[in-house]
Amino acid sequence: MIALLLRDLKLAIRSGGGFGLGLAFFLILTVLVPFGVGPESSTLSRIAPGILWVGALLACLLSLDRIFALDYEDGSLDLLATAPLPLEGMTAMKALAHWLTTGLPLTLVAPLLGVLLNLPAPGYQWLLITLAIGTPALSFIGAFGAALTVGLKRGGLLLSLLVLPLYVPTLIFGAETLRRGIDGQATTTPLLLLAGITLGAVAILPFAAAAAIRINIR
Amino acid sequence: MSSFWEYANPKKFMQTSAWMLPGVSLAAGVCLVVGLVWGFFFTPDDFRQGSTVKIIYLHVPSALMAINAWLMMLVASLIWIIRRHHVSALAARAAAPVGLVMTLIALATGAIWGEPMWGTYWAWDPRLTSFLILFLFYLGYIALWAAIDNPDTAADLTGVLCLVGSIFALLSRYAVNFWNQGLHQGASLSLDKEENISNVFFFPLLVCILGFVLLFVALVLLRTRTEIRSRRLQALLARERLDA
Repeated sequence: MIALLLRDLKLAIRSGGGFGLGLAFFLILTVLVPFGVGPESSTLSRIAPGILWVGALLACLLSLDRIFALDYEDGSLDLLATAPLPLEGMTAMKALAHWLTTGLPLTLVAPLLGVLLNLPAPGYQWLLITLAIGTPALSFIGAFGAALTVGLKRGGLLLSLLVLPLYVPTLIFGAETLRRGIDGQATTTPLLLLAGITLGAVAILPFAAAAAIRINIR
Repeated sequence: MSSFWEYANPKKFMQTSAWMLPGVSLAAGVCLVVGLVWGFFFTPDDFRQGSTVKIIYLHVPSALMAINAWLMMLVASLIWIIRRHHVSALAARAAAPVGLVMTLIALATGAIWGEPMWGTYWAWDPRLTSFLILFLFYLGYIALWAAIDNPDTAADLTGVLCLVGSIFALLSRYAVNFWNQGLHQGASLSLDKEENISNVFFFPLLVCILGFVLLFVALVLLRTRTEIRSRRLQALLARERLDA
């Protein structure tokens, strides 16, 4: 499993595109928002938590179809499916690799972009915390969506349609925690719910994704 | 006494549904006409909401059926995944567009009702938002069915999607509740009498709900029959190509 994880990480970094694409998209979105909304810093700091969360989510969405599609095309997915490693473990590792190459960098970069959007001072730690807790859920949900659409030509658009409604709870609790953290309100409840969603997604969705892969390569 | 599982046989299903369909359709038509006419013309205006309250006879039943259609798809998907009965998968497929339209009716009538009552067509209220999300779920489900060529693969994948989607639909429901306390009034109907609306509105509403349930059953039967027939047609065409 570790070998598979390392292989995926190497592929993501060396083959180019996938790794930096999400970050670039995140940067572009954050830069475009002030042009669209106007440069008043009070407006920007009010919408910053939501924009940063939505940006991270969309950047994550952008790289989802790479999780299984490349391996499906060159046949290594069939090899992985027949390998002694359980398919559930394989999908979990793939999702983890996706998180390490998109979710984690997004989390680390987000505070820098928060400066551009004039994020209020208490927001930085909460931005780091909520993104660190919430983005694994995005990767695991996305891996499930990618597993569903892996056999399809041009499954990318369909993948977004399938995954977006599944992302709603994560987005709500993530952005809500961040907003409450900035306002100085109690954050325990949404934070726990966010963590609950992530843990639930990590626990259940590899099984659903593995089932979908099995059906797709049958 | 025959078992429920016999209806997994398409032939048996076709026979029974052919026999049931006219009756159910007729009953649905009668209930809808009686309920809607009764509701629109023979009930008094509400003392606060005036005549706009009458849209309730479309709004409440369609919202109810939008959720129940997903529930039925969930059960049908489970039956398909566990016991692999083709009719069940086809029934789930047949129910999805009906549920989608029910969701649309509920959203549209809600918007029309919302404008005079709340002064806005749309508000990011928990109930409204969760229906919008339900609408997206239906769209994704139908799109996935349409995107896959092999019918068994499509049935399997949409079944898995339906199961996972159900969990997330529930989660979204409570998430949006948490996110925003909204405008929407509480339940119009409930089993304990305290919360119920008055009998004058209640009985025609009940007839309308019954009408919508029957309409849903009739449409799903009809669409499932169409699905089975198109499946048979595919088989015939394939055989013809084989012979030629």
